[in-house]
Parts: sequence; structure tokens; C-alpha cells
Amino acid sequence: MTDWPILSTVTFLPLVGVLLLLLTREDGPYGRRNILNVSLFTTVFTFIVSLFIWIGFDNSNPGFQMVEKKEWLGTGIAYHLGVDGISMLFVILTTFLMPFCVLASWESVEKRLKEYMIAFLLLEVVMIGVFVSLDIVLFYVFFEATLIPMFVIIGVWGGKDRVYASYKFFLYTLTGSVLMMLAIMAMYWQAGTTDITALLKYGFPAGMQTWLWLACFAAFSVKMPMWPVHTWLPDAHVQAPTAGSVILAGVMLKLGGYGLIRFSLSMFPLASDYFAPLVFALSVIAIIYTSLVAMMQDDIKKLIAYSSVAHMGYVTMGIFAANVQGLQGAIFQMLSHGIVSGALFLCVGVVYDRLHTREIAAYGGLVNNMPKYAVAFMVFTMANVGLPGTSGFIGEFLTIIGVFRVNTWVALFAATGVILSASYALWLYRRVIFGALEKESLKGLLDLSTREKIVLYPLIALTIFYGFYPAPIFDATAASVDLVVNNYSAALQAAQNLALNAR
Amino acid sequence: MIYKAIVFLPLIGFLIAGLFGRSIGAKASEYVTSGLMIVAAVLSWIVFFNVALAHGDAGEVIKVPVMRWIQSGGIDVEWAFRVDTLTAIMFVVVNTVSTLVHVYSIGYMHHDPHRPRFFAYLSLFTFAMLMLITSDNLAQMFFGWEGVGLASYLLIGFWFKRPSASAAAMKAFIVNRVGDFGFILGIAGIFVLFGSISFETIFAAAATYLPAEGAPEASQAIANIFGMTVTKSGALTVVCLLLFMGAMGKSAQFLLHTWLPDAMEGPTPVSALIHAATMVTAGVFLVARMSPLFELSPDALLFVTIIGAITAFFAATVGLVQNDIKRVIAYSTCSQLGYMFVALGVGAYGAAIFHLFTHAFFKALLFLCAGSVIHAVDGEQDMRYMGGLRPHIKTTFVMMLIGTLAITGVGIPFTSLGFAGFFSKDFIIEATYASHSPAAGFAFTLLVVAAMFTSFYSWRLMFLTFFGKPRASADVMHHVHESPQVMLIPLYILGIGAIAAGLIFKELFYGHEYDVFWKGALFTAESNELLHEFHHVPAWVALSPFIAMLIGLVTAWYFYIKSPSTPRRLAESQRILYEFLLNKWYFDEIYDFLFVRPAKALGRFLWKKGDVAVIDNYGPNGVAARVADVTNRVVKLQSGYLYHYAFAMMIGIAALVTWMMLGSSL
Repeated sequence: MTDWPILSTVTFLPLVGVLLLLLTREDGPYGRRNILNVSLFTTVFTFIVSLFIWIGFDNSNPGFQMVEKKEWLGTGIAYHLGVDGISMLFVILTTFLMPFCVLASWESVEKRLKEYMIAFLLLEVVMIGVFVSLDIVLFYVFFEATLIPMFVIIGVWGGKDRVYASYKFFLYTLTGSVLMMLAIMAMYWQAGTTDITALLKYGFPAGMQTWLWLACFAAFSVKMPMWPVHTWLPDAHVQAPTAGSVILAGVMLKLGGYGLIRFSLSMFPLASDYFAPLVFALSVIAIIYTSLVAMMQDDIKKLIAYSSVAHMGYVTMGIFAANVQGLQGAIFQMLSHGIVSGALFLCVGVVYDRLHTREIAAYGGLVNNMPKYAVAFMVFTMANVGLPGTSGFIGEFLTIIGVFRVNTWVALFAATGVILSASYALWLYRRVIFGALEKESLKGLLDLSTREKIVLYPLIALTIFYGFYPAPIFDATAASVDLVVNNYSAALQAAQNLALNAR
Repeated sequence: MIYKAIVFLPLIGFLIAGLFGRSIGAKASEYVTSGLMIVAAVLSWIVFFNVALAHGDAGEVIKVPVMRWIQSGGIDVEWAFRVDTLTAIMFVVVNTVSTLVHVYSIGYMHHDPHRPRFFAYLSLFTFAMLMLITSDNLAQMFFGWEGVGLASYLLIGFWFKRPSASAAAMKAFIVNRVGDFGFILGIAGIFVLFGSISFETIFAAAATYLPAEGAPEASQAIANIFGMTVTKSGALTVVCLLLFMGAMGKSAQFLLHTWLPDAMEGPTPVSALIHAATMVTAGVFLVARMSPLFELSPDALLFVTIIGAITAFFAATVGLVQNDIKRVIAYSTCSQLGYMFVALGVGAYGAAIFHLFTHAFFKALLFLCAGSVIHAVDGEQDMRYMGGLRPHIKTTFVMMLIGTLAITGVGIPFTSLGFAGFFSKDFIIEATYASHSPAAGFAFTLLVVAAMFTSFYSWRLMFLTFFGKPRASADVMHHVHESPQVMLIPLYILGIGAIAAGLIFKELFYGHEYDVFWKGALFTAESNELLHEFHHVPAWVALSPFIAMLIGLVTAWYFYIKSPSTPRRLAESQRILYEFLLNKWYFDEIYDFLFVRPAKALGRFLWKKGDVAVIDNYGPNGVAARVADVTNRVVKLQSGYLYHYAFAMMIGIAALVTWMMLGSSL
């Protein structure tokens, strides 16, 4: 098992599914069924295989594990894969969410199912690729490639303003990536390598860090997304099909957070320290601003999308607090948000499939005929609010503690999110679920089907499980996070000593 | 093991009724949850005798580890129970009242189709409350804190078809969250100051935390919190105030009290359990638990005293004129909580917990009696449509009379004879007078006035409900009936508590056996001699609550028995004052104006003007328009954006690779 290239296996397993799908035909009585079965089987199998990464993972080793390295093109660029405590769980999150996406699309996707599934499987390949890449060029290729399937998913299977949404998505991300590409070139020019492990140890000169940091920040902050470059997200979510929203909120936003930890914080510590106040300010604005905006939305998906931006504010804040609590809290918040926001979008999908509207005003009193749905929605609403006992609490709590150690003002403003999130989430719940069932259109709605239960119940279980017992995640991330934090403070210390000596 | 059983039995009840309630049916759900609660209550009393009444060493604490929870760097939090006298008292209070409410609800909720859900919520609440009082660290306490908030939210909104119920539920949760905002920052602050959030470490460190008076470190700044450079004692004050903000939310103290009266939308047993006896006292418990910190910060204690005194007074004034029977009791709860906070603020922690203990009995009794009244008159809650019910529901009347005698503090001064409230309330008032707090005089005055108001509105409630001519329709009066035994038995038990709890336990809670009883669970500084000093207050001080009670009683009797037209005439002649009180000092309107509407307006503004008009307009849309101009002129390809993009990316990668090849060959 030790020699088996498990990361490559997991990364490219979905391609097997793609091949099989290419062989199937969509028309015919069993065509649709075959496509769905193949996709579901592929994603489930990939998830099971990916669990072996977690099983084989050595929690005490802070470095990269399961490394695979092959020279490529003879240029110093290598096919170099590996995971550490920071990236490993994101791989699992990705493979975990994929089967839910397939199940969520079971009936709702009517046209071009085959291409749809192919797009999702390709998306899975490139998303995993981002997290396991240890070569910066490889990382960039995967990072950029995630856009193509997502772009197609929104643009082809999206709602009625899908072209505008995908256009916006495109413009924002393109701007960020161009800058990141320049940064990658500059890094290569300076350090002479594209190997991430080497770059992590390199130590760029202070002046250069500033520019590199800004360029990378442009790319990652768009992905997160941070205020004020967040406006693509609500539109993309609203137009995307349910499964697209799940992946967008569940995994794609985390690419930005992962990038900030891996590149910005780890490679450019001096610049990170210098720009931390900026990040704090943007995070706090994001938390307050988008929470207030979320409150006034009348589209369910838009509301949840804005709340995602607010939650990502805690992540960026935690990362740049640059202490163990902040960083672990941020990672936990990302994982938890992956599950919770994914689940919330699935919940919206449940009623959207029935009524084909996302207007909050079109609903009301669903608890009367959909009690099981009401319970599921309640659990995820509470997790979104950050109630202790759900996974949503732990990330919020740790990031606030982490940032309180660094700057109390930031913690104060961030903690207002505790109030605001309750306001928008409970108000949404009240308008959709509570009340008497008065609208004629709602009276015929049925409660969760078996398929929907299979989708939502495991997510409920996980949300609550990690709320009570988050230890597996902390154990897996602890060593790597310690390393990042220690390197960070060592770099700052070194720079300080240098400045003192020079004086 | 016994501790785990006490805490987890309600959880098991919740899971059974919650998950399988539909399949096992309502009856089974009721019996399972109530049965488990009875076991838990019996065990709680055993623990009370073993822990609180046994002779042990000071500072002895039982710790029961359960499971790992959050471990991140310096934070090491586990699920664990900390059992000392304070916990044991809360065990008894919570589980006794909860059990009685479970049993009572079997009768009260008899006609409701959603009984399994109701009992599941009740048990969930009990579990969360037990987690709160057994917590071994602040994070677990916060878990219980939010858990009871959730249960309260679910139970207030239990009748989800009523818009007012779901509005009240939401309001309760959000207002509580305002307090939690402070609580969570307080936890963060404590972590920064002490490097831990577990009680053991904090309390051990707190003892030697403050530098000696006049020592050089005393004036040394150690931290910068919210722009203030603070010394050690300053930092302590800040975190205590932040924690107290949480307590203000949960215990419905002045400024954060607005949710409690609205919470009466929930079923009456819920009001008795959550919004009178247990959950709302969590704030008192928090301050008592954190007494090792609060005792070191006179400024924080002063603030606690002032807020408590204002609440006691304010809520009592509003209670004077309310017409809804439950709202009167709700304001009375609010006011009594104010008494407890004053006791905490002046350093009489034992007296505060004593009042918490007695109050749980008589207030739960009052609420359950009110429920019995409401049950009798077919769901009517407005006292203007009651009256003359005494002959029809004699048992309820007697029990409610006991509750009223207890809350108004009836007893014979200078003797050991009296109802529960007589002792605990007098302790608080006397201790307040005797204390050295700068706000002692202020608090003492307000408390005595509040005692007079308490007596007035409590008797007003009795007179309006049970005496005089019936004001309900003949049809309703025809159906008035006494409640079934399943509802009356809990009343008897609480009645015994309301009569005897004070008499039996006064020496333990705040008397000669204080030290043996508490065993250090409550911390008092060495200079705090209140326990001995309050016995030596002047006679007029000791008499004042009694006189206040008499005045209130006589006035109420005059207004509602002797001359029933007086209240109306008074209300008309003092129109403004009456409206002011009836509208609860206009707090809801003020908050709506100050917070709710601006928040909504700001949200809409940021969305329409910020996101759409500025960011989108100058950002992507602006760029898109320019790009569109260019592409329209230059390229007229019909392909989709996808191909553009894929193509651009390929070019980009090609450029990158070329660059690197060149770079490496140079």
C-alpha cells in the first residue's frame, strides 16, 4: 500500500467515470438511469478510496505525506503531489460532497445529463488536483481549470440570467488569476524552482513579498470571496443548479482559503504581517456588511450566498490572526461551512424542485406538511448561526478567540456576526417554515422523498457529530498548523532581529 | 456515574420522543420522558444530600470527565462535569421543576396533536440546562447556554401557526444573542488573561491574579482592550462586564429584557419551567459561578447592582398595569431576577442563590396555577375577562394563594416563621442595606419600592382573577372546571416548597452553616463580611419589606375589592403615566426605531447602493461593457464565452511554460 500512488488514484479516478459516461448513450429507456448510476458509483467509489488517505495519514507528521514526484517537460516543473494536515481534509471534503451533487441532480437536470455529469466529474478531478499539487505550475493549472467546468455548469444548466452570472464569474476570476500568474513567474524567477516544498522554505526578500502577496491575494480573495469582490457569488449561486451551488459553496470557495494559507501566509510572512490589518478590515466589513445585506434578500439562495461571504470573513480573519486558534478555527470553519452551506443549498433545492421558485415570499408554513424537511432545515440553520453542538460553532469560536489575541477591535466587530447571523437565518426560517399553510400552491407539497433523506440525513449527522467531537479534525491539522505558525513567527522574529542589527 | 445519569437521562428522553415520537405515540412519549425525569430528579436529591449536606473540606469539587471536545493550541476543552454545592442546588431546582412540569403537561397539553414534539423539547431543554450547570469550563457553559436558548426558541414558537408566537421566538433568540455577543468576547478575554477557559485553572489563577495594593505592577498596563489600555484589574473588570452582558440577555435584565414578556406566547408549562424557574436564572448562576472573578472587580459588581436594582424596579412598575395574567407574572420574574442580581452585586452570593432557589418554587407554582386558571376558562388570558373564579376552582385558588403569599414575602418579622420569599427577599434587602457598595442606598430604596409594587400586582392578580363578579361570558363560566389530578399534584409539591423552602434552608444558604454548606463553591473576598453584618441592620430596615408588602396588599384590596372603580379613574387622570407603563416604557418601539429599522434600511442600502450601484457598476459590469465594446468592434466570433476562456487559458499556460523554458536555459 505504501508504494501505491494513492493521491493520483483519487485525483484521476473520476476520469474513469468520464470514460464510461462517454460510452453510454443518453437516449433510450435505460440511458438516463445508466448515466446516473455510473456517476453515483464513480463518486462514491472515489470517496471510499479517498478515505484511505485519511486512514494512512500520519497525524504527527507536519510535512507532506504520500508524496509522488515525476519530472515533467524537463524544465524543473514536476508532477509533484502530496498532502499535509492542511490540505488532506479538503480532499476528503471534495470527494465527500460529490455523491450528494449527483443525488441532488437525480431528477432536476432534464437536458444533457451526460455532459452535465462529465462536467462534474472533471470538476472533481481538478478540485482534488488543486489540493494535492506540490508544484506551483501544476497548482495553477488545476486552480484555473476548476473554472471551466463550473463556467459550463452555470452557463448551460443555470437559471435564466445564467449568461450574465457566468460572465461576471469569469471576469472577476480572470483578473485575479492573471495577477497570480505574474506572481508565479516572479517567484520562479527569484527562487529558481516551482516546487512548493522548496518555495515554502525559500524566504523571499521583504520588498518582493509585498508585491507577490498582493498578486496572490487578488486571486484568492476573489475566490473566497472577500468584500468588495464578492458580488459574483450571489449571482453565480442564484443561477447555478443546486449541485453547482453545493460545489461552489462547499469546495470552490475553499480553494481561496487554502491558497491564502499555503501561499500568502506561509510563503510571504512579512507581507502577511504587514497586510494583516487590511485583511482584518475587509473581513470585518464582510461579516457586517454582507450579513446586513443577507437580511434584506428576498431570494433564498441569494440570502445563503451572502451568508457564505460573511462566514468566509471569519476564515480570512482567522488565517491572518496567524496563531494556532485562528488558523485551526479557519480550517475548521471552512470544512464545516462546506458541509453546512452545501446542505443549505440542498435544502433550497428540495423546495425548488417542487415549486420552481426561490422567492421567500412564495413560501410559508412548510412545517405543516413537510415536518421532516423542517427539522433538517432547522439543524442547518442553527449550524449556520453557529449554535454550539453543531460544527458551525467551533470555527467561529476559535477564530474569534484567535483574533482577540491579536486585535480586540476586530474580535468585537466580528462577534456582531453572532447577532446578525441569527437575525437573517431565523427570519428566513420563520418566513419559509413557520406560520399557517395558507398558500394554495404549497398545499400539495410532499415531505422528503427517500432520495432526499439519503442526501440530507448523513449531513445532519456529520454537522452534529463534528459539533460534539471535532477532535479528528484537530488531530489531523494540529501538526501542520503548528509548523505554519512557528515558521511564521520565526520569519517575523528573524526580520525583526535583522532590523535591530542594522540599526 | 450518578452524575452522568442525571445529565443524560433527559437527553435519552429527548432522543426517544424526538426520533420515535410518531411511531411510539403521544402517550408513550409522555410516559418515557416524564419517567426518565422522575428518576433524574430523585437522583438529584440524592446528590444534593451527598454533596451539599455532607460535611466536606472547603474547595472540594467532583470532576467527571466525559469526552474530548476542542483542543487547539493552548485551548484544551473537554466535556466534563463539575459538581459542587452550587451545582447540586441547581440540580435540585432544575430537575424538580422540570419533572413537575413534565407531569403537569400531560394534563395541560392533553388536546394538543404535537405532544411528542412538546415533550421532546422539554427534555432537550432540561438536558441543555443540566449541561450548563454542570459545566467545567466556559465553552461547555456556552454550549448549555445556547442549548437552552434553542429549546426556549423552539418552545416559544411551539404553536407555529400563530405569527405572534414565531415572532416572539425569534425575538427571544436574537435578543439573547446580543447578550451572547458579550459572553463570547468575555470568554475570549478570559482566555487571553488566564490562558485557559476551564474553571479550575481560572479560579486557581484568579486568587493571586491581582497584584498587591501599591505594588508597582498594580498600575502597569497589561493589555489593550477596545482601545483602552488597561491594568490587570481593569482587564478583569472588562471581561466581567462582557460576561455579565451575557447574563443580562439570558436573565432578561434591564435593556435586554424585552424578549421575556413576549416569550409568554409559549405554552404555560414552558413559561413555568424555562421563563421563570430555570433558564432565566442562568445569568445569576453564571455570576455566582464566576464569583472568584467578580469579587475582584468592584466596578463590575457596582454595575451588576445598578442594573439589578433598575430591573427590579422597572419590571415591577410595568407589572402594575398589565392585563394578561401571564405577562404580570413574567414581569414579576424579571423583577425578582433583579433582586438576585442586586444580591450578587453587593457580594451576597449566598442570598442570591437562596432567592433563586425559593423563587423557583413559588414562581413555577404561580405559573402552573395560572395555567390551571387558563385551562379552566377556556384559554382566556386577559384578567379583565376573569373574576369570581374562587368557588369554581378552589384547589387552584388555594395553591395560588400560597404562591402569592410566598412571592410577596409574608412572614412574621423577627421570627423564623414565614413563607419562602419572606426569608430570601429580606436577606437580599438587608444585605443590600448593610453592604459597602457605593450603590447600596440606591439599590435598597428601589428594592423596597419594588417589594411594595410586587405585593400590589400579585394581589391585584389574585383579586382580579378569583374575587369580584365573573366577567367572563356565561358560556365560559358554565364550563369552568378544576384541573385533573395530574395537573394538581405538581402544584401541591411546589406548594410545599413555596411554604417551607425558606424555613428549612435559610441557615444553610445564608446563615450560620454557610461555610459548611457551600464548601467554597461561592468565593468571597476576605474583606467581605456581609454574612455577619447583615444581621445587625437597624430594625426599621428589617421591617421595611414587611411594611412595603402590607401597603401593597392594602392598596390592591382597596383598588380591586373595596372600590373597583378607582383604578379606572386613576388611569384616566394619570393618562400619560398609565400609557407609559402599559406600553412597557416604550422599549419595543424605541428598539424598533433605533436598531431594527436602521439595520433593515442599512441592509437594503448596502445591497442596492453598495453592491449593485457601486461595486457591480464600476466593477464587473463596467469592465464588461468596455470589453463588450472592444470585442464587438474587433472580434465578431459567434463562439460562447467558454471557448474564449479556455483559449485564453491555454495561451496563458503556453506563455508560462515558454517563459520558464527560456528562464531555465538562460
